Amino acid sequence: MRVLGALLRKELRLELRTLESVPGMALFSVTTFVVFHFGLNRPNIEGDLAAGVFVVTILFAGMLGLNRLYVADQEEGGFDGFLMAPVDRTWLFVAKAIALFTYLVVVEIVAVPAFGLLLLQPSILPVLPSVIVVLLLANLGFAIIAALIGAIAVHTRARDLIGPLICLPLLIPVVIGSARALEPLFTQGGAGTLETKWLLILGLYDLVFGLLSVAVFDPLLED
Amino acid sequence: MYGKGLRTLSVATLITLIGAFALVFFWTPNEADQGFVQKIFYLHVPMAIVALCGFVVGGIFAIQHLRTREPIWDLRSYVAIHIAIILAVGTLITGSIWARAAWGHWWLWDEPTLVSFLIVFLLYATYTPMRFAIEDRERQARYASVFAIVAGAFVPLNFAAVRASQENTHPRVLNTTGGALPGDMRLTFLIAIVGMTLLFITLYRFELSTKQTRSHISSLKRKLSGDDDLPVLRRSAAPTL
Repeated sequence: MRVLGALLRKELRLELRTLESVPGMALFSVTTFVVFHFGLNRPNIEGDLAAGVFVVTILFAGMLGLNRLYVADQEEGGFDGFLMAPVDRTWLFVAKAIALFTYLVVVEIVAVPAFGLLLLQPSILPVLPSVIVVLLLANLGFAIIAALIGAIAVHTRARDLIGPLICLPLLIPVVIGSARALEPLFTQGGAGTLETKWLLILGLYDLVFGLLSVAVFDPLLED
Repeated sequence: MYGKGLRTLSVATLITLIGAFALVFFWTPNEADQGFVQKIFYLHVPMAIVALCGFVVGGIFAIQHLRTREPIWDLRSYVAIHIAIILAVGTLITGSIWARAAWGHWWLWDEPTLVSFLIVFLLYATYTPMRFAIEDRERQARYASVFAIVAGAFVPLNFAAVRASQENTHPRVLNTTGGALPGDMRLTFLIAIVGMTLLFITLYRFELSTKQTRSHISSLKRKLSGDDDLPVLRRSAAPTL
């Protein structure tokens, strides 16, 4: 636990000092909403279209975070330093996943109001608690997959390509779960209710891949 | 020395497959609704099942590799996934032909089995580029194993998630609710599955023994020229022993 705390402090301090990922991700998501406005040529959207636009935008913003996640460790010797410490290597995975989860939450604090203002027609305020539940589960799934695949991708020659290429198909269940769960919430005229089925799928996905990633992360760090 | 029993296996595969397709064309009745085109079912479904099993088997070999760290398990995992990808391409093509004939469209998005299969295929399509992008052989083997395990676990979960999101239109033929197959069609189908499994095993054994022989030869060559300490420099996605 102390190891996790130290690693997490390091991640967050690094991000606070360099501001490499989060501002870029937030700006990207807001810009993408504007791009969608012109691409779709509509003043506002609702229902399944709104859910799809929102989820895919957050997904692609997350890809930017994934690409930066391990670069400092690879280039500045963070991996070597960590490997020399007598601690369980899985903590690095947990710390990275929590850090990315935090980044996504911060990005969504910007992106959700921006989406509500710029594109969404029904007000987002009445359904905000349900939206937050869905997004937290989706963020967790994304953070787990990205922290695992990022560690693979950072050692490849075309890391900015390989990471998203592997992550996108792996994350399709998360996209399905969150987009379908958000769809009734974003529907105009009396927001629908949240379906527990999608929350279960997201939760199951998080659980299975969380455990699996913890089990297979160790071999990624050997040298 | 590596290809022991391959001839018998090849002959058995050939006989089973020819037998299966003879039954398909001359014995099984035409399906009442779709007619002759439905017979692609005996090629498409076994190919899909064997491809998915091949992916999962590749994941199991990868677990073995991470446990024992023997390069041979990485090679086995690579070959299993490689053959499964080829069968997956065949599945997508035959499925598309069948969909065109039966449903009138080359591709249907509200069809969970089709969509999940495409997602799984897209995921495994990154397996070879990923291997190729890692130069260090030992690291390549480790990372490929991690990928194979995660992707192997993803296969069933993905099918569950996609199926939950859509209505069922894909026929379920082997359970009792989805219109059970009549006896002669079921028998032919089972023979076709056995034939496809044998084909997978034969192709797997051929590729495995080719790869083993090749690396044996190159190690002998290097020993002859006296520089067997030198590492292999050529970049490749395939594992070397």
